[in-house]
Amino acid sequence: MLKINNLHVKLEEEDKQILKGVDLEVPAGKVHAIMGPNGSGKSTLSYVLSGRDGYEVTAGDATLDGEELLDMEPEERAAAGLFLAFQYPVEIPGVGNMTFLRTAVNAQRKARGEEEMSAADFLKFIRAKAKDLKIDADMLKRPVNVGFSGGEKKRNEILQMAMLEPKMCILDETDSGLDVDAMKLVSEGVNALRDEGRAFLVITHYQRLLDHIKPDVVHIMAAGRIVKSGGPELALEVENNGYADILAEIDA
Amino acid sequence: MSTAVKTQAALISADARPASGAWAADARADAANRLAAMGLPTRRDEYWKWTRPDSLISASADSAVVLDYEGEEPLFNDVDRLKVVFVDGVFDADESDALEGEGLEIERLADAAAKDIHWAKDLYGVLEARGQSPVVRPLAVHNTAMATDGVVIRVTGAVSRPVSLIYRHEDAGSDAILHSVIRLEEGAKLTLLENGPAAARFSNVLEVDIAKGAEFHHVRAQGRDHERQAITHMFSQVDEEAVFKSFTMTVNGKLTRNECVIDIVGDNAVAHVAGAVLGDGAAGEFHHDDTVFVTHDAVACESRQVFKKVLKNGAKGVFQGKILVKPDAQKTDGYQKSQSLLLDDDASFQAKPELEIYADDVACSHGSTSGAIDEEALFYLRSRGVPTPIATDLLVLAFLADAIEEIEDEDIAAEVTERLDAWLARRRD
Repeated sequence: MLKINNLHVKLEEEDKQILKGVDLEVPAGKVHAIMGPNGSGKSTLSYVLSGRDGYEVTAGDATLDGEELLDMEPEERAAAGLFLAFQYPVEIPGVGNMTFLRTAVNAQRKARGEEEMSAADFLKFIRAKAKDLKIDADMLKRPVNVGFSGGEKKRNEILQMAMLEPKMCILDETDSGLDVDAMKLVSEGVNALRDEGRAFLVITHYQRLLDHIKPDVVHIMAAGRIVKSGGPELALEVENNGYADILAEIDA
Repeated sequence: MSTAVKTQAALISADARPASGAWAADARADAANRLAAMGLPTRRDEYWKWTRPDSLISASADSAVVLDYEGEEPLFNDVDRLKVVFVDGVFDADESDALEGEGLEIERLADAAAKDIHWAKDLYGVLEARGQSPVVRPLAVHNTAMATDGVVIRVTGAVSRPVSLIYRHEDAGSDAILHSVIRLEEGAKLTLLENGPAAARFSNVLEVDIAKGAEFHHVRAQGRDHERQAITHMFSQVDEEAVFKSFTMTVNGKLTRNECVIDIVGDNAVAHVAGAVLGDGAAGEFHHDDTVFVTHDAVACESRQVFKKVLKNGAKGVFQGKILVKPDAQKTDGYQKSQSLLLDDDASFQAKPELEIYADDVACSHGSTSGAIDEEALFYLRSRGVPTPIATDLLVLAFLADAIEEIEDEDIAAEVTERLDAWLARRRD
């Protein structure tokens, strides 16, 4: 599904290399997790994949189902099936959540040459999805993320994911700012979307999210590269011993 | 003799003034004298620093191409309303409804002015004259002297059917001067709609006197003809517990200056004035000026100014807004917001927000900003698959939303939003 090959990325404005040769492959139906200390490049990887400005790819490439991702505009990547759940969802005053979602769903359908969803169908669709995530009618009417609590913002991200039905979902520190109950709700939302045709890349600092969203593979990222990969037990090792041991082991 | 003064003589000569009965002849002669004393605006006047008055005071109007609306349904078409139609400033009886309505006395200014005695005498040019201090507004005085028509309305009850003034533009060289006065008696209620480009050059004055507990709602859309010019003045006096709410939508137009002068004279009154502007210099020159003066002269009143402008391709926006709080106007709650969204480096916005406060127990503030599209919000929308042009337009409408929210009637607010959206969509495809 997602293939990243020798990806090198620097900041556009300054001479600072952030990613120094990332290799990663996430097959369809699988959940991969990336863990790593602060500043290792985890969030940069998610931003570069989704097409945010401010980064320059100096080498390597990334493909989604064989399509070259890095040549596409952010909206083209989304239409191709890529979704990033933001660590800090953006507040957009004046744009209703419902209007936003309908515009997004229909823009993607249009881009894929599909028919736009009627207002009635859309309403039925979103009500069902929102109910699963305990998102009430009021949250749908309010402006996008404005006045939402941390938990509501993350639930809203998962709602968008559920509505847009992407192939490749990247979750950037979705657990940050969540209490235990909210984390459970969000995880259930993610697990409900697990599917043979869909892959997940879960970026997190902590093992606790991975108790709820069980990964098939765990990668450790440090200094802009994937330095170690393994099964779920690798996350437990990090939780118990921190990153120092693993990093020391690699340096040795 | 300077050019301006020569022009002025031509503009206000007694021969050129409309024929009228005794009261109106007096009011017009008085205005002509006042104008002769104050003179026309020049580019040296502080109040005209950012908007050049030249084309508004020239002897004849610059011609303006009449826009082909291509069969598009006119604004407010679905609203049940009393239609009063002016074509290039000339009343069109066939297109207008009968001038009557429950709780309403309405007649043409031309008819009222022909009479020797009329109640409009106490209003016509009276609020306008009061609005000449501390800043002079010569073009309003000129309008009082020269206006050929308009409507005079007295509202005695809660009128549910809006009065709709429709200003059509058919003659590329037309120069229209209209003046309307409205008196809302105690507890009365009226919605006034205005729409259309009116003429190549349009001078319009509205004087609105709102008695105790009365409510006046005003929604205006200034036509899309690219080359049209407009100078409008609204003078309003708001009495105890009365409500004044005015919203103006402007898209296109070579030059527009909307002056709004509000005197709050009774306790616990509310006055809101708002504007939403979309200007694209690519289709022709665009200059839009909102000049507002709100005076609080009573206790515990609320005033709001909410002005939003979206500008691109060399479009220019101006805002001059003032809140004056007199010494006895305690518990005043006054707020002024003037914001522009500049979509490129060629657009410009100049703002002069002013507060002048003589009472000590008041809450007054202003916020004036100029900004670009929020890149974070834009990326967020794009990351969800919304293409840049649609995402930008969503953010533009969102920016205008709090001005549009000032419209009380939800259906009309929705129609205004739809029109703005359509304007954006036409530029997208």
